[in-house]
Amino acid sequence: MNSPLPAALPPAVLPGWRRPEPLTVVLLLLAFVWLSLSTYVMVPDRLGVAHRWLLLPAIPAVIAVHVLLLRMFSRSTVAVVGITMVMLWILVAAAAPYLPLLDPNRPVAPYQMPFTTKNGMTFWLGTDMRGRDILSRTLWGSQRVLVWGITATFSAYVVGAFLGLVAGYLGGWWDEALSFLGNMVLSFPVMILLILVLNYLGQSGFNIIIAVTCSSAPAIMRIVRGLAMDARGRDYIQAAQTRGESVVWIMLIEILPNVRGPLIVDACLRLGYTTVMITTLTFLGLGLQPPDPDWGLMIKEAASSALLWKFAYMIIVPSIAVSTLILGFNLLADGLRELSQKD
Amino acid sequence: MADLIWRRLAQMVLIMASASLLLFAIFDTEQFRKQIAVAELGGFGAAALSEGDYQAWIAKKGLDAPFVERYLSWAGNMLQGDMGFSMEKNTEVAGLIASRLHATGTLAFYFFLLMVPISLTLGVIAGMREGSWIDRAISIAAVTTTSIPQIATAVLLTVFLSLGLGWFSAKSSAIGPITFAELALPVLTLLIYDVGYVTRMTRAAMVEVMSSHYIRTAVLKGLPRATVIWRHALRNALIVPVTLIFLQLNWLLSHIVVVEVFFQYSGFGRMLYEAAIYGDIEVVQAATMVAVIVAVLSQLLSDIAYILLNPRLRVAR
Repeated sequence: MNSPLPAALPPAVLPGWRRPEPLTVVLLLLAFVWLSLSTYVMVPDRLGVAHRWLLLPAIPAVIAVHVLLLRMFSRSTVAVVGITMVMLWILVAAAAPYLPLLDPNRPVAPYQMPFTTKNGMTFWLGTDMRGRDILSRTLWGSQRVLVWGITATFSAYVVGAFLGLVAGYLGGWWDEALSFLGNMVLSFPVMILLILVLNYLGQSGFNIIIAVTCSSAPAIMRIVRGLAMDARGRDYIQAAQTRGESVVWIMLIEILPNVRGPLIVDACLRLGYTTVMITTLTFLGLGLQPPDPDWGLMIKEAASSALLWKFAYMIIVPSIAVSTLILGFNLLADGLRELSQKD
Repeated sequence: MADLIWRRLAQMVLIMASASLLLFAIFDTEQFRKQIAVAELGGFGAAALSEGDYQAWIAKKGLDAPFVERYLSWAGNMLQGDMGFSMEKNTEVAGLIASRLHATGTLAFYFFLLMVPISLTLGVIAGMREGSWIDRAISIAAVTTTSIPQIATAVLLTVFLSLGLGWFSAKSSAIGPITFAELALPVLTLLIYDVGYVTRMTRAAMVEVMSSHYIRTAVLKGLPRATVIWRHALRNALIVPVTLIFLQLNWLLSHIVVVEVFFQYSGFGRMLYEAAIYGDIEVVQAATMVAVIVAVLSQLLSDIAYILLNPRLRVAR
């Protein structure tokens, strides 16, 4: 009469991966989207035919991330609004090559007002002083700002988090030396430091990454240092030390994942700052170089040659675009902070 | 207390010394030496120089001396107020920086004059009743204004207030006496971002104090609400915002660059930016050093204010 016992499941190869946490899935998908977008933008020439289809798989990935994030954070309206604003821009960046847009670098007809139709082409947001379609330039511009902004923030986080862990966990002379170096860099006003670094290295996207890393890493180091110092005295770290785990393993596998909460909030805020920095640097002519579309560049070009009430749409459109992206990052950070305080 | 202040002072001197060393070392390369030659002799003159002549020029300028010796003489000159010569502007750097700092100082004066009362008032009103409609309205407005980058604010203000309504001038050269119409847009641009930021911080401090036990005790004791807020809450809630206001000087130095470049205001930030673009090395070095000094001083003032205002530190021996 006894029904056979259900067969015992074989032990999982990777425990925890049978039903991965939503956060892990989101991070993996985002990493995939970021990799394809940055390959697309940073090394367009080496890809050949693949360049055309590279971003297609990223589009469903973005939508999946959006749905997952909305389900995870549905309790906070602020977070939902922020997520939607950011993910919409990422979706636009991934989908830009497949949308029916005009070539963003091709001059068609200069100084066309919004909603005009000429030669069978409708310019929904008008054209700029060189006759390039503004709608197309704004949508394509999201690619560059997102790719360089996220890459620069990520690089600053890798450097800053590692130094912060060393300073906070090892303490002693490591802490003294690293904190002094950090304080010295922080005593330079940010924009002046960026101008110095970019002036020294020359102007390109990769140098922006270096400059942003120089200016943001000390601040990140301070935060991580505080968190690591707090974690050092906890029981789980002493247990790990008793097990004889190596210093690097304790820092990266034990401490870092356990202090992720405040770091994720700070990372969202910092993504916003970095976007501001890159747009500002491009406006100053120190960042990304023409002719490819970029919001800072669009403001720079229009502000020098079309500063008239009639042509104000040329600078208003990219200004609003960059503001919505940054607002999205800030609202996301606010929402996450609110949720972490509720728990 | 005096101990803490002395320790901070010593730290500050150490940081400034190493920052100046870093700054000097950055510009001490062959490439920048050539740039100085081009600036001084003209592009044609520098190109016509033979290798021997170039070495002779370097020796004449004293650029072949050991690094430490040159650094010490540069730092000594800086301390005595001799900051070098601007090739681009054809004038002494010290005088140039002084006049540009005056223009930027005017801007900063009106900025602080408006920013401090507005943001403290808004922050206190919002933090007094956490979660009320007025708190929500102020918080949402503050998040929004801190999310718009200065460059976008400058664009939108120029378009609507200057190009559209024609109230202010779109560009403010600040050559000659500075007028209200010229100052309005740069000051507004800086205000819109920073008022939001300081308001948020003031609100957070106020909320924390209002939910503390001693305020609840004061309310339950039956004290009038005005007394609770003015006598009990504000004195503790304003410690953090006041120290933060000093740090805004540091923030201002960084963000003044883009505002001055956009409005073509002849101030300190625009001078540094133009010198960096043109390769006017002595101006870049001197101006950066001045900026670092101001930034470090503002941090010191902020720390001292914190020590003086916080009773726990003030009384501690």
